[in-house]
Amino acid sequence: MLKNIGRRRFLQSGTAFGLAGLAAPSLVRASSDPVVIAHLTPRTGFLGPMGEYAIMGVDLAVEHINAAGGINGRPLQVIKEDSVNPQTATTKAERLAERSDVALLMGEISSASALSIAQVATRADKLFINTGANSDTLRGSDCKRNMFHVEAQNAIIVNTEGAYFLQNDMVKGKKWFILSADYAFGHDLRHGALAFLDRHGGTAVGDQLIPTDATDFSSYLLAIRAAQPDLVISNLAGTQTASFFKQYAEFGMEIPLGGFDYNTVIAWAIGARDFRGTWPCVWTHQVQTDASQAYAKAFLEKYGKPSDNQAYLDYVGLKIMADAIAAVGGTDTTALRDYMTDPATEFEILKERKGRFSPVNNQLLQEAYAVTALPESEVQNEWDIFTTSGPLPGPDQPLDILIEDAVGGACVL
Amino acid sequence: MEFVFLSQLLNGLLDGFYYMLIALGLSLIFSLGGIVNLAHGAFFTLGAYLAFVIAPHTGFFGALIIAPLIAALVAVIVERFLFTRFYRVDPLYSLLLTFALAMIIEQSLRWYFGATPRAFAMPDALRGQVFLGDFVYSRYRVFLIVVAVLTVGAVWYLLNRTPFGRIVRAGIQNPDILGTLGISLRPYLSTVVALAIGIAALAGVLMAPIQPVHPLMGVEVGTAAFVVVVIGGLGSFWGVVVAALLVGLVKGIMIGLGLSQFSMLAIYLLMFVILLLRPRGLFGERITRFE
Repeated sequence: MLKNIGRRRFLQSGTAFGLAGLAAPSLVRASSDPVVIAHLTPRTGFLGPMGEYAIMGVDLAVEHINAAGGINGRPLQVIKEDSVNPQTATTKAERLAERSDVALLMGEISSASALSIAQVATRADKLFINTGANSDTLRGSDCKRNMFHVEAQNAIIVNTEGAYFLQNDMVKGKKWFILSADYAFGHDLRHGALAFLDRHGGTAVGDQLIPTDATDFSSYLLAIRAAQPDLVISNLAGTQTASFFKQYAEFGMEIPLGGFDYNTVIAWAIGARDFRGTWPCVWTHQVQTDASQAYAKAFLEKYGKPSDNQAYLDYVGLKIMADAIAAVGGTDTTALRDYMTDPATEFEILKERKGRFSPVNNQLLQEAYAVTALPESEVQNEWDIFTTSGPLPGPDQPLDILIEDAVGGACVL
Repeated sequence: MEFVFLSQLLNGLLDGFYYMLIALGLSLIFSLGGIVNLAHGAFFTLGAYLAFVIAPHTGFFGALIIAPLIAALVAVIVERFLFTRFYRVDPLYSLLLTFALAMIIEQSLRWYFGATPRAFAMPDALRGQVFLGDFVYSRYRVFLIVVAVLTVGAVWYLLNRTPFGRIVRAGIQNPDILGTLGISLRPYLSTVVALAIGIAALAGVLMAPIQPVHPLMGVEVGTAAFVVVVIGGLGSFWGVVVAALLVGLVKGIMIGLGLSQFSMLAIYLLMFVILLLRPRGLFGERITRFE
């Protein structure tokens, strides 16, 4: 705020902006108007629990950015909308994109909704920053010049978790039973899992698509038991993952369980007693960097509970865009796009290594982590029901290896 | 392969029992009061949240009794102040009322507890499996089915073997005749709504250990309950029983055939075909006042 007043006085004095004085009225207005960002995410429906955390991350980021003087002195304002399904997401995105004061759109968790919003944003020549949709197709055949991805793509998740499976001899010559959510994200992850299995000499003895509103898994558990796989892979999504875990324990299933979709909020909903296995994750509150711990502490103080991965992504996504707008000195779409895809541009993302966007598909290249469930006897509180590995890949490996072997087709930007 | 298919059929039938539990109350409220209770799933959710709050103090079994009683008490208030105004008007109005009621309950739960799913642990006594030859089943689900069968049996007894049930059945057919006999239907309506919503809440408590407790958990079961009631036929106790088992069976067959992604589609197709062939549902009775 102090910065804002100083700037106004500075402009009024006309000492440094003598020549620009001719255009002073619009410049004065531009410099004090808020930077408006539209945020869409499902706050209801099966992805609602993650959406709720996304909003918490956004609110905290706005608070931090404005407390630090805004973006080049301009306050940040975020318009938040519930995008419960792709139809609603499209309608709301169209309304928001038409507004001249909206600089860009961000958010989402559903891959199908993210694609719709990206199409709307492209038509309106605005950026869309995806903070929650994982589909490789969004970074492949459906990629858009104006769509940037802060959320890790499925290939990153498959490669992170796949490395764990390979280290533990759970792939070559092994039988997998794969359950995937029956929508864009699940289909994409299923293709990734099958391709990974095929590359490393395993076979699938079961491969089922599960409706996203399914809550009873007894039939699938009986099918799994009959198929006798070595590993059960869950590519389910949202709250149904919690139902699956609870029922997996209920039926006394002892077959190792793993998979390529993980959300901390769902692990907490499963509870220490029934959560098991090792899972890939883009961030947890246990990541041991100073910046991560400072963010985790601020989140805990504000909300009384730790941040999950979705809140982190929306927090970091907003900070990235605030940094980019500050660096280019405005919200011009082309300038922002050029800045973000410049190989020299790096962003602080609270991890060991800084993140940068891949010029190939606009994916934020970043470290990931493996999360392992703790035995119930070792659990100290309702939040720390798992441990978090060090960053993956290791410090001697480039971040680009995590997006190798993506299955979503070729991206032409 | 044959064993897997038979297992799925059996599991589908077992699923049918808890569809029955949820659909029964819905059918009762419509039959007697003419109210299409779109809030039925929301009361199911309320039951699960009540269990989440009560169980730490009373244990699971205490919550299994107390939560439905509290929900029934809420139902009495809802019936007294809301439903009574809609018994004799077009069911469309009650549809709007109960839709609003469902939204209010869901959003209140979301406001108070948040959208984040809550963990609810299964009682130790009910953990583990039962073995029927090669067929392995969850001990908890056997318990769930026993509770469902006992509840449905008790409702059948109440409706068919007691003076209370005779008046309710007469009220379903023609409430005006009861009036001419000097019998007020009001206390019976109130009791039936409390009973129906109490059963929905009981189903919610039973589901809490095997599903995450969250504000939208009633949506899926609410939809399934409507399908069961429509297939079975309004006003028919046995219609609900047969339709619930049929819906479970169709789901089991689809999953047994490896077509799990089409299981809900198959259930809706079943409803569509039955409505085409028999618009009143399988066992739907001719209810004079709805003709």
